[in-house]
Amino acid sequence: MSTAVALLRRPTVAVSLLYIVLVVVLAALAPWLSPFDPSEQFIEGLSMEGAPLAPGDIYWLGTDLLGRDLLSRLIYGARTSLFIGLVANGMAVLIGTLVGLTAGFLRGWLGSALMRFTDLMMAFPALLLAIALSAIFQPSVWIVALVIAMVNWVQVARVIYSETIALSARDFVAVERTLGASSLRILFSHLLPHLLPTILVWATLGISTTVLLEATLSYLGVGVQPPTPSWGNIIFESQTYFTSAPWLVFIPGAAIILLSLAFNLVGDALRDELDPTLQGRS
Amino acid sequence: MLTFIGRRIGYSLLILLGVSLITYLLLFMLPADPARQIAGRSATPEVVAGIRAQLGLDLPFYQQYAHYLGNLLQGDLGRSYIQRSEVTELLGSRLQPSLELMAAGIGFELLIGISLGVIAALRRGGIADRLLTALSFIGVSAPQFIAAMLFLYFFAVQLEWFPMGGYGGLKHLMLPALTLGLLGSGWYSRMVRSSMIEVLHQDFIRTARAKGLSRARVVLRHVLPNAIVPIIPMIGIDIGVFMGGLVVVESVFGWPGIGQLAWQAIQQVDIPVIVGVTTICAVAIVLGNLIADLVIPLIDPRIDIKKH
Repeated sequence: MSTAVALLRRPTVAVSLLYIVLVVVLAALAPWLSPFDPSEQFIEGLSMEGAPLAPGDIYWLGTDLLGRDLLSRLIYGARTSLFIGLVANGMAVLIGTLVGLTAGFLRGWLGSALMRFTDLMMAFPALLLAIALSAIFQPSVWIVALVIAMVNWVQVARVIYSETIALSARDFVAVERTLGASSLRILFSHLLPHLLPTILVWATLGISTTVLLEATLSYLGVGVQPPTPSWGNIIFESQTYFTSAPWLVFIPGAAIILLSLAFNLVGDALRDELDPTLQGRS
Repeated sequence: MLTFIGRRIGYSLLILLGVSLITYLLLFMLPADPARQIAGRSATPEVVAGIRAQLGLDLPFYQQYAHYLGNLLQGDLGRSYIQRSEVTELLGSRLQPSLELMAAGIGFELLIGISLGVIAALRRGGIADRLLTALSFIGVSAPQFIAAMLFLYFFAVQLEWFPMGGYGGLKHLMLPALTLGLLGSGWYSRMVRSSMIEVLHQDFIRTARAKGLSRARVVLRHVLPNAIVPIIPMIGIDIGVFMGGLVVVESVFGWPGIGQLAWQAIQQVDIPVIVGVTTICAVAIVLGNLIADLVIPLIDPRIDIKKH
């Protein structure tokens, strides 16, 4: 509890959480909160020359190339970004924790084989791998999440691995062993609780990376496919017009940066609070 | 030392082998049929089968891969399906622009990162320190494509200081390099800052100050060289992150480098080119890490390689 209070006392964290809550509420209540249908093309949503409208009275944030309301598309896009952020990162943290924990606890040939494999994945240019993967599978929201998870678990695995090794060397593990505790018991009731803070920090920080990767993939056209709106593919669709209609690029861009920044700030503060050894070092 | 180097090089080669195997396996699973793509829409099944046999695509996976490895050892990365030229040739023509962009980008990263880190460490809690914190958070939170478009909009469209993109001299290089450098610099500056603070607390710094050396001299001659040491291996590790950024930044700015080549190849399912680029990138990453590992003990003799 004290951690939560200490966290909320930090103004950056409070503001970040506020923004995250706002995005979550918008995403959850999208059908009721969005002023228009996100895929309806309004005739009056384009200027006489057929250009998108700038932010104004009717369409608060303006319209896109097809005369669709940008605000409504952003609200629905929040669903995609959040969904992928949570699902992809959840999978990445799960895989990473399993691999790191197994490798660090069992060691032996299986442990070193697993870590050699993570070394190998580290040598892969992550973005290139993600692009190639999503080009292979026809990208749907689930596939994009899966691809991101396949790229992002590596870092988690390395962190959990080194922490597990450090923990296993501690006296209490040896004591448990001499008391006759089984490996599974040591793993789940003694090691895992100690690792929870780290896992929590990565679960938060990782969402930020995931949101960025989804946006980048969608921007390159290999992520979430139109007509499903995502913050990345709104920019992808509008990039050719970005000199004449910059709001189509920079409003979704700001939404992406803020969401990623918010998760980063919260994750960073969480790490400060949960890791007493870091205190006073800033 | 020699066995250490030997083992590290052997391990790096093994990693590269793994990377090529996985890339090849991924592309083998590709649902798109390259033979059909080359033959075109109106080709008869016989023609498509002929092309498939000609490219060796009808062979089982392990034979294709073995064939590929054999050629790779002779420096042959195969031929592009689409562009009808050697992959090594395509890569070669793209290598120089990418290296230019990388050098300039890493240069900016170090320049901004080190100077900001140093000032922040000397004036903790000051303006530079706050700027650094902000920059390092924005650096990890802002996607490169948005930063790139923002720079393009302000500096090329609004202010017209730089061209809208494309390849050319220094003016063309500035914006893409700045995009990569500014976003990457937060990482370095945080590292420099904490490393500077650590060195500042060391006894020999107090001694240097006690001898009556000026503050500037102490910082430049005693603190900085020691604080830079942990940064050098970071450059090697950073190359991997940088490669991903190249794909995005090159595609926004129309920079004719390896990243753009990869991007085009992926869209056209040009498998030999994709494998070639991935291999080159993995070589760069592994090489960067290898050099970092080998350089650290040379700079800092306190680090004992036998412990690794």
